[in-house]
Amino acid sequence: MIQIEQISKSYNAHAALKQASFKVDRGELFGLIGPDGAGKTTLIRILMTLLLPDSGKAHIGQWDVVKDYRKIRQHVGYMPGNFSLYRDLTVEENLRFFASVFGTNIKTHYHLIKPIYEQIEPFKNRRAEKLSGGMKQKLALSCSLIHRPELLLLDEPTTGVDAVSRQEFWQMLGTMKEHGITVLVSTPYMEEADLCDRVALIQNGEILEVASPKNIVDHFSSHLYRIKGKERLGLINALRSLSLFTKVYPFGEYIHCTSDEAVEPVVISQQLGQLGMDEIVIEAALPGIEDRFIELMA
Amino acid sequence: MDSIIIDQLTKKFGSFTAVDKVSLRIQKGEIFGLLGANGAGKTTLIKILTGLSGASSGKATVAGFDIHRHVEKVKMNIGYMSQKFSLYEDLTVRENIQLFGGIYGVSSDYIKTKTTLVLDQLGLQDSAKKLVKSLPLGWRQKLAFSVAIFHEPKIVFLDEPTSGVDPITRRQFWEMIYAAASQGITVLVTTHYMDEASYCDRIAIMNAGKMEALGSPGELKAAYQVDHIEDVFIHIVR
Amino acid sequence: MKKLISIIQKESLHIIRDWRTLMILVMMPIALVVIFGFAISNEIRNIKTIVIDPSRDVHSQELIRKMEASNYFKIVAYEDHIEAVEGMFKRGKAHVAIVFPLNFGQDLIKNNGQSIQVIADASEPNNASIISSYIEGIVQTYQADVLGKNPSLMSIIPEMRMLYNPGLKSVYLFVPGIITIILMLICALMTSLALTREKEFGNMELLLASPLNPAFVILGKVIPYVALSFIDLLLILVLGDIVFDVPVRGSLALLLGESLLYISTSLSLGIFISTVTSTQQAAMIFSMIALFLPTVLLSGFIFPIESMPVILQWVSHIIPAKWFIIIIKSVMLQGSSLDILWKETLIMGAMTVIFIMASIKKFKIRLE
Repeated sequence: MIQIEQISKSYNAHAALKQASFKVDRGELFGLIGPDGAGKTTLIRILMTLLLPDSGKAHIGQWDVVKDYRKIRQHVGYMPGNFSLYRDLTVEENLRFFASVFGTNIKTHYHLIKPIYEQIEPFKNRRAEKLSGGMKQKLALSCSLIHRPELLLLDEPTTGVDAVSRQEFWQMLGTMKEHGITVLVSTPYMEEADLCDRVALIQNGEILEVASPKNIVDHFSSHLYRIKGKERLGLINALRSLSLFTKVYPFGEYIHCTSDEAVEPVVISQQLGQLGMDEIVIEAALPGIEDRFIELMA
Repeated sequence: MDSIIIDQLTKKFGSFTAVDKVSLRIQKGEIFGLLGANGAGKTTLIKILTGLSGASSGKATVAGFDIHRHVEKVKMNIGYMSQKFSLYEDLTVRENIQLFGGIYGVSSDYIKTKTTLVLDQLGLQDSAKKLVKSLPLGWRQKLAFSVAIFHEPKIVFLDEPTSGVDPITRRQFWEMIYAAASQGITVLVTTHYMDEASYCDRIAIMNAGKMEALGSPGELKAAYQVDHIEDVFIHIVR
Repeated sequence: MKKLISIIQKESLHIIRDWRTLMILVMMPIALVVIFGFAISNEIRNIKTIVIDPSRDVHSQELIRKMEASNYFKIVAYEDHIEAVEGMFKRGKAHVAIVFPLNFGQDLIKNNGQSIQVIADASEPNNASIISSYIEGIVQTYQADVLGKNPSLMSIIPEMRMLYNPGLKSVYLFVPGIITIILMLICALMTSLALTREKEFGNMELLLASPLNPAFVILGKVIPYVALSFIDLLLILVLGDIVFDVPVRGSLALLLGESLLYISTSLSLGIFISTVTSTQQAAMIFSMIALFLPTVLLSGFIFPIESMPVILQWVSHIIPAKWFIIIIKSVMLQGSSLDILWKETLIMGAMTVIFIMASIKKFKIRLE
């Protein structure tokens, strides 16, 4: 559905995308995952024909993102990173307007947005600016689906949205598959990768890896241990001094340590004990997307 | 010693209760996470604790000062950093540090020595004369944190400090927070990004103005028998 | 077409929802008409003057020379018949005519007194009253100089006759001026704000990502403002007519037609501003400095163009409002028709085409 080949884009001296390439299959829920400033928005805007690439090619279906921009604009749904609906129009007025923009009406594809729109319908006469963050996202998604696009491009739809709304939002994206709609969604939240069929990890304009979440984790090449103790800063420094590990970094309530060779937890515990550190929990751990991301960044 | 003591604190806007009888004690040097959706009351609570807004009823002391009677003393003893605004992007790194030092009435000799120290710690010696907007996001966040604790406050308030930052910088940032905490600075993080919360010593989850849960991330996960803090949150809000 | 209508509907909703701004736009013309009921006087130089001097004697020649030497008057023509005056006034070739009687000098000596007639174009009441006071001053000085020995015996009495605006009413001037300003304000400022608002709030990003034709977006946004400016135009005309008895001497159709052209010029300017700015604030500042101030200051609305430094007079040529003020004053107060005003009309038309072409060239179908 999407083919990106060697796309590069610079703003003045700053290279936002460096020869990015990947493919998204039809009907896939595909995640573009990376921190702020990684190039996610630039890539999505190029696909949406809103920016021209400096070099490289990209196609949506058989349409070229430079030449066939009219076709793409007709058949792709888009939800920008910032809330872009009309704040002073009501929920229903926004939906009606965007339906008319695509030459359709609310009824034609209502079945598609029904599960989403039903949740905000009680507020249909409320102005968009007065909606909560989660409801705004639902309205924006409804507006981007109203013409039944073949592909949905979503730029950080869950940023700044509370956990419950985020969960609901991902459930909605999951249902797009039933309608045969391909979804490309970007997010800075690593843990959301697990909700996608496949993901591309992006950092500093470079695509680090493209695979299913499971395969990405499987590609993690080191041994990983998670360690928990009372005094975290002291523990981190102690672990770094041990020369057992290639990397030591905080990870939530734990400290993650990586090593090329397997290390017995007992050995770690003993060595820490020599440094006067006790009451330490040491376990071999399963890596997550974030661990793999850190490995790829180094 | 507790650096923040909140007792039955309530804030009402007309008939709407934004903060509903919240009581909480936060230890000196603790990293405390305050979680909640938009509108759960955490922003209002932070505004009261930082002296930007008054409480309707209840008591609170911050850094040993009563928030009603000694607002100015409270303000001099806290630092603040938010993701949206912290530094002036059109000033250089050095100018930002000096500006915020000046705002808190730090002596100019101290500003000079400490500025050098901060630049060394961050590895920004060569970038002192660069405009903040030319720095990568991760560096800006780290600089913003250094600026927030530049005047050695007793408590620093952080609003979603690491969301959107790359995984490596994020960890460097948390190590900076650990270092500050080990020097006795109390850190209060507000976020609705649950993943961020798991780095805290203890967290409180707010919903509809009330404090619904309190404990270390491990304790809360055990109590609700779930694997992620996010699930604790969803369980409470639903 | 359906898409265009829905954009117009949407834009109308924006305007109605922002009722404070709407109130300002409706109340302002009323307030302005009332406020600008006061005249602002200013010195005028090089008034284009017609001389009709059938006597051609020493005294009349000397008086004319004095007038020219004063720098207030610039003799543009010597005519034989008074009938020529009106045509020249309408074309803006002259603003005052001085008519000497036959045997001016002879009668002056013989009868110990004589009168000269001064005809002034009072569709610019400030100017007309200022002109008459200048003439009085010069004539009195001449009397004192030349006939000073016996001023009580002989005297020249200037007789003033005001054409088009006999009561010298300032509102006669200000009504066309206010129309000019208000139309510029609504059409250029408001449309440039409305268009940049779409960019600022990210709405434009969504519209660009849609199959909408950009021309429709602009057209749809602009049409409600055309309607709004027409309402204001009629409001001012009716108010002028009822409260101040300001007439429309020329054809109302021509007046509305010329207004529509000026509205188009202003709109195309507003659209152009929105293509070169990306925030409402920038559009506002741009409009104020590049558009609104020159319209107020250099269009001849408040300060007569004749009394401006030469450079500013040149600058005033590129200000659409200057040409519209000439047209609308001429139509309203002198009853002129298109065969006199075709040049000004053509200039405004050309300006509109240029701004529209520039906007099309500057309009981006992508971000950046």
